[in-house]
Amino acid sequence: MDEPLTEQAPLTILIADDSDTDRLILGKLISRQGHQVVGAVDGQDAIEKFEQHQPHMVLLDVMMPRLDGMAAAREIKRLAGERLVPIIFLTSISDAKTLASCLESGGDDFMSKPYNRVILEAKVKAFNRMRLMHRTLSEQRDLISERNRQLLSEQQVAKRVFDNVAHSGCLDSPNLRYHASPLSLFNGDVLFACPRPAGGMHILIGDFTGHGLPAAIGAMPVAEIFYGMTSKGFGCGDVLREINQKLKRILPTGMFCCAVFIQADFHLNQLRVWNGGLPDAYLQRHSGERLVLPSSHLPLGVLSTERFAADVDVIRTEPGDALFVATDGLIEAEAPNGQMFGEERLVTALDDHRGSEAIFQSVLNAARVFAGDRELQDDFTVFCLEMVDEEALDQLPDRLLPSALTGPSDWQCDYELNDTTLGKFNPLPLLLHICMEVPGLRRRAGEVYTLLSELYTNGLEHGILKLPSAWKNSPEGFGQYYAERERRMAAIEGHHLRFSLSHRPSADGGCLTIRCRDSGEGFDYQHLMAKRPDDHQYAGRGIMLLRQLSTSLRFLGKGNEVEVVYDWQYG
Amino acid sequence: MPIQTRRSDDGRTLTIKIEGRFDFSTHQSFRDAYEHSDQGVVNYVVDMSDTTYLDSSALGMLLLLRDFAGGDSAQICIENCNGDVRRILSISNFEQLFAIR
Repeated sequence: MDEPLTEQAPLTILIADDSDTDRLILGKLISRQGHQVVGAVDGQDAIEKFEQHQPHMVLLDVMMPRLDGMAAAREIKRLAGERLVPIIFLTSISDAKTLASCLESGGDDFMSKPYNRVILEAKVKAFNRMRLMHRTLSEQRDLISERNRQLLSEQQVAKRVFDNVAHSGCLDSPNLRYHASPLSLFNGDVLFACPRPAGGMHILIGDFTGHGLPAAIGAMPVAEIFYGMTSKGFGCGDVLREINQKLKRILPTGMFCCAVFIQADFHLNQLRVWNGGLPDAYLQRHSGERLVLPSSHLPLGVLSTERFAADVDVIRTEPGDALFVATDGLIEAEAPNGQMFGEERLVTALDDHRGSEAIFQSVLNAARVFAGDRELQDDFTVFCLEMVDEEALDQLPDRLLPSALTGPSDWQCDYELNDTTLGKFNPLPLLLHICMEVPGLRRRAGEVYTLLSELYTNGLEHGILKLPSAWKNSPEGFGQYYAERERRMAAIEGHHLRFSLSHRPSADGGCLTIRCRDSGEGFDYQHLMAKRPDDHQYAGRGIMLLRQLSTSLRFLGKGNEVEVVYDWQYG
Repeated sequence: MPIQTRRSDDGRTLTIKIEGRFDFSTHQSFRDAYEHSDQGVVNYVVDMSDTTYLDSSALGMLLLLRDFAGGDSAQICIENCNGDVRRILSISNFEQLFAIR
């Protein structure tokens, strides 16, 4: 149908009246106002003409043969569907009950015969305004719902992109339970879990201030840092500091991320928990005891690196203990009467049951029952970690392997430090970094560090600087030893220290060989190899550590070169 | 600040926390941490929750602390070690000399 866009544009108006005279008079009045008239002789005819001409407005006599005005009105309203086609009843009846039933059958107004030209014109104008307003509203509503549909589908695509960034997660571990809205990312909530190469896992539950795109954008670098650093073996302090620094730099003031960071160690049965700005976390012990872990830090992205504190609560646990964290959306969830869910209800729900599955369900149920029939306001994240025996999670680290296995595992590297560099530069972090590129070896970072460190210390302090270890047999001597070390370091001349590292892969791990040769004079190692160290001696532990940690240890040349072979296996 | 100290409210326990690598470079501040504390400290806690690596000179420093705190009668507890640190301690049989938790 051709829709007149303005109030002035001519309308097509259907007039149904079985009296030819009345119809003619009314038709004249209407066409004089510039509108087009379609006439119908009874109710049935009115319906047919309506379908045929699609008029903008209908004037209906009440009493007509074949089909009366009220029945015709009902049918016309049905045919018009969502469009507003105003119907005005024409009547000489003044009985209130009949007039009311005219309006109930779908009429919008009525007009008494004989017609008053001025009132007729005013009514047509008024209903046309209403018709246009209705049309504008419908169009805007359709536009909004189309935009919303687009937005949701864009969010779904964005979520997929985001999930690819967060691919290496272990949120599906059997000991983790969570509830998060499918698009919670755009509510500002994030939930990440990543296995640590040395066993255990990191978990981050975060809640960005604000909603929508800004919050989602902030989540991207957090995911990258979290997964990247965790799978490289960094501890929770390092990861937290890095995330804080990044967010501080990229987020506008006033925007930040409240978060709980969990480092779970199933081998030691230990949890490290950092809470910055989220509601209390709860450790529900299987004994029934409950430990509250309140926020003790500012949220991520607020403080500068110098002022940021990454200290954690260290909690000893037992298998069966469950850590429970929720974002403030849960506590602030509203009942139909506007009341908030609140901490008390949450704590009661925690009390209800034993066992993490039961607690988790009990909390979700409590929230659902509280929210009543209304769809649960889905902008909170609820998370529960259960402490389990390490063996129960055996399959976890394997998931890391596909990406972790694509690293250098068959290589050799020589690194030599000379004079001034030898005196000023500590090569251990660099050498450790080279070794840690071997897939799977990062799990042994501590042992490899100790091997490198003992070899370096031995070559430098005894081989080159000729410091006697016996000095370290008293507290004063210990101090003297290191004071002298510093003095001699500054005066190194004509010396070098050479590390030769090589790694060969094996079926279930690899073999790392480290040789360290110094330019010193060497020493009588046969004598040392024969001696057993005394446990209570301050010095002489280095060689013992090397021996214990490595597969083999041997001195070469005149004692100025030491080789250790370190065989290691995955797992 | 690689080394932080904290006295308990009753003044009887001194907690020494070491961040990052525990090696010779920390030796002076580690020694200062307990030698300069007031009288009255009976228990010592070495908090290793943020200690990443340990080498043999650190073992020596722990033994110095033990002697300072009374040798065989010393009450020293080493806490929150990560797996690597713990392995180094146990290779050296330090469980016999310290309470390791």
